Amino acid sequence: MNIFQKLTEKPWLANNLSSDNSLPTLLMEVQSHQRWPAKTALYFFLAVVTVIFLLFTITFLSRSQSSDFQALAGEPWLPFTQANVLWLNTGLLLFASVTLQFSQYFSARQKTHQFLIAIVFSYLFSAAFLSGQYSVWQQLSNNGYYISGNPANSFFYLLTGIHSLHLLGGVIALLRVMLHFRKNVNLSLLSKNIQLCATYWHYLFIVWLFLFALLTRTTETYRAIALFCGF
Amino acid sequence: MTQMTHKAIADQVDTSHHPKSFVGKYIWSQDHKVIAIQYSITAIAVGLVALVLSGMMRLQLGFPDQFSFIDPSAYLQFVTMHGMIMVIYLLTALLLGGFGNYLIPLMIGARDMVFPYLNMLSYWTYLLSVIVLLSSFFVTGGATGAGWTLYPPQAISNGTPGADAGIILMLISLTIFIVAFTMGGLNYVTTILQARAKGMTLMRMPLTIWGIFVATILGLLAFPALLVSAIMMMFDKLLGTSFFMPAILSLGETLEYSGGSPILFQHLFWFFGHPEVYIVALPAFGMVSDVIATHARKNIFGYRMMVWAIVAIGGLSFIVWAHHMYVSGMNPYFGFFFATTTLIIAIPTAIKVYNWVLTLWRGNIHLTVPMLFAIGFIFTFTHGGLTGLMLGNVVVDLPLSDTYFVVAHFHMVMGVSPVMVLFAAIYHWFPKVTGRFLNNTLGKFHFWGTFIGTYAIYLPMHYLGFLGVPRRYYAMGTTDFIPESAQALNASITVSAIIVGVIQLTFIANLIWSVFKGKKASSNPWNATTLEWQTPQTPPIHGNWGDSLPVIYRWAYDYSVPNVKEDFIPQNLAPSEVIMMDGQQPYMDENT
Repeated sequence: MNIFQKLTEKPWLANNLSSDNSLPTLLMEVQSHQRWPAKTALYFFLAVVTVIFLLFTITFLSRSQSSDFQALAGEPWLPFTQANVLWLNTGLLLFASVTLQFSQYFSARQKTHQFLIAIVFSYLFSAAFLSGQYSVWQQLSNNGYYISGNPANSFFYLLTGIHSLHLLGGVIALLRVMLHFRKNVNLSLLSKNIQLCATYWHYLFIVWLFLFALLTRTTETYRAIALFCGF
Repeated sequence: MTQMTHKAIADQVDTSHHPKSFVGKYIWSQDHKVIAIQYSITAIAVGLVALVLSGMMRLQLGFPDQFSFIDPSAYLQFVTMHGMIMVIYLLTALLLGGFGNYLIPLMIGARDMVFPYLNMLSYWTYLLSVIVLLSSFFVTGGATGAGWTLYPPQAISNGTPGADAGIILMLISLTIFIVAFTMGGLNYVTTILQARAKGMTLMRMPLTIWGIFVATILGLLAFPALLVSAIMMMFDKLLGTSFFMPAILSLGETLEYSGGSPILFQHLFWFFGHPEVYIVALPAFGMVSDVIATHARKNIFGYRMMVWAIVAIGGLSFIVWAHHMYVSGMNPYFGFFFATTTLIIAIPTAIKVYNWVLTLWRGNIHLTVPMLFAIGFIFTFTHGGLTGLMLGNVVVDLPLSDTYFVVAHFHMVMGVSPVMVLFAAIYHWFPKVTGRFLNNTLGKFHFWGTFIGTYAIYLPMHYLGFLGVPRRYYAMGTTDFIPESAQALNASITVSAIIVGVIQLTFIANLIWSVFKGKKASSNPWNATTLEWQTPQTPPIHGNWGDSLPVIYRWAYDYSVPNVKEDFIPQNLAPSEVIMMDGQQPYMDENT
C-alpha cells in the first residue's frame, strides 16, 4: 500500500474489519514495515546531515557574492587551481569507502580473514584521508591562507572540518561495532552493522565530492551559480 | 535474526533487560518511562528558573527603578535567558523528550523505544546542555543579553552583556541540545515507523502520536539551521572569521571584521525558528485532540482532516520563516511571498480549531481539570492565532513589529497555549504515570487562576502595542506619544504576572503532594480508548505489556458508539468481545 492510500483510509469505518476480520489478515497489514530499525534511523540521520551541508552551501553561495570574497582557485597563484592534494585525498576516501564495502561483502560470506584485512585497510585509508585533510590545512596556513583572512578560506576550513568530524564520528561508530565483534563473533549480524557504516562512508564520499567541487570553483563560476540560484 | 529477513518488532519476544538496582532503574535507566520522567522534571525545573526571570523582568517594567538588583544589563540577560529556556529547554524538551518518550511506546503498543541506550544518552546530553546553559549565569560578564534570537553583530560585540563567555556558553549549550534532540528524534520517528503493534496502521494512531511524529521530523530538519548558525557565530567570535560580522566600528575602534552578513544569520535562525513554533505546537495539537475527545466522550471530528492538517502545517512551516524579518529591509516581493504563505498556513490551523469545537458540539462534556485546560487552550490559541494573521501582513507588521503587540501575540500563541496543553496533558496522564489523581480542587483553582490571569497579563499588552510602547526596553522614560496611563497598565500587568506565577507554585505543590497522597486511580480512570490506558499494570512496568503485545482492532476514537453498552471501546478490544446493549444484535453484524 502506498502512502497516499494509507493516508486516505477511513479508520472509523469497521469495514476493514467486517470484510475479513480474521486475525491473520489483521496481522498482515502491519507486517509491511519490516525494515531493520537501525537502517531507518540511519536514513533519517543522513537526511539531517544533508540539511546541515545544504544550509552551509547556501550560506557559502550567499557570502561568495560579497566584494571581499576571493575564491581559492582560478588564478595560477591560488592554492586550488592545481588541486592535486585534494585529488589524492579524494582517492583515499574512495578507497576507504570501497574497502569497507568489501569488508561487508566478506563478513556476509563468513570469510573472517579477508574481512579483517579489508576492515584494517578501511581504517588506514580513513585515517590517511583525515591526516591528508589536516595537511591541506597546514599547507594553506603556511602559505598565508588563514581562517580569518577571507570568507573563502573560512568556509574551506569550516566545511572540510565539519566533514572530517562526521567521518571521525563514523570511525568511532565503527570502532564500537568492532568492540561488539570482539565479544560476540557473529559475522552475519556484524555484516549488517558494517553495511550501515559502509552506507555512511559512501554518503560522506559523495558529500566530499560535492564539497570539493563547491570549494574549488572560480569567482566567475560562483557568480554564475549565485545568479542562477537568485542570490 | 537472520540476514535476509527481519522479524518485525511486533513479533519479537520480550528481550528487555530488567535492571534490579536503584541506579539501574532510576538513574541510568533505559526505560522510556523513566527517561520521560527525567526529561520532564529537568524541563519543569529549568522552566521555573525562566518563570522567575520573567517575574523579575515584570518587576522592572511595572515599577521602574524600584529594584536595585535589576540594572539594564541584568534586564537584557533575563529577557534572553527567559526566552531561550522557555522555548527550547522547557517546551521542546517537555513535549518531545517528556511526553514523546512516555507516550510513543505506550500509545503504539511497543515495549520501549527501538534504541533504548540512545534514548538514555539523549537525556543525559540534554541535562548537560541545561547545565552548560545555567552555568553561564556564573561566568565573568554573566549570561548573554543578546535577546533570545541572538542576532549578530551585537550578540558578540563588546557592550552587550555576556558578549564574551555568556554567548559562547549559550552557543555550546544549543549545540549540545541539538545533539541530544537528534538522538531522541531519530528514536521517536524510527519507533513510530517500525515498532507499532499488530493492527496499528498509520491512520489508527492517536493524533498525539501524529503530532509528535511530524514535529520530530520538523525538529530533525530545522535544528540543523540553528546548529549551522551557532557554529558559524562561534567561528566569528573565537576565530575571527566574518561570516555574519560586517565591518564595524565599536566603541570608537574599527574591528577586524568585514563583509559578513547579519541578515544571513537572521535567515538561518528563522529557518529554524519558525518550524520550532510548530515543533512545539504540533504535539500540543495532538494531545489536546485526544484530551478533548476523551472528556467529551465523542470521536474526534474529522480525524483524517486533522492528520492531513498536521502534515500540511509541517510542510508549510518551512516556507514562512521570513515573516519574522519584515523589518530587516527585505525585497517587497519577498515579503509578499511570505505574507501569502503565512496566510495559507492559517487554513489547516483553522481546520484544526473548527474540528476541536465541532468535537465538543453535542458531546457529553465532562468539565474535568484536563478538559478545562483543553478548552482554555482553544480560547488562547484562537486569540493568539488571530493576532498572528494580523502580524503576518507586511503593512500591519511594520508599525507593530517592535511593540508589545508582538510580545502579546507571541505569548498567547506560543507561550500560554502550549502551556495550557501541557497542563491538560499532565492532569490527564498523571494517573497513568503515578497511579494517583492530581488534586481536583487545587487543579480547578490552578486552571481559573492561570486562564484569567494570562488574559489579565496579555490583553493589556495588545493595547500597549497599539499605543506604540516598544518591546525590549529596560525603561520607557518619558515620551510624547505614550500617555502616563501606560505605566499604570504596566504595573497592573506586573501584579497579574506575579499572581499567576505564584499560582503555578500550587501546581508544583499539587504534583509533589499527589505523587504520595493523591487519590488512587484505576488503570483507565477516564474510560479512554487509547492503548496507554489498557496496560496490565498502572503505572506500567518495564516492558509495558507483560507477556504478549496488544493487537489493535480499531481506531483511537470509538467513543459513544451507538448500541454499545459502554461509551468507549478500547483499541485492543476484539469485535467479538464488544458488549452490546440488551437485545441488540452484536456489533460485528452491524457492519457486514
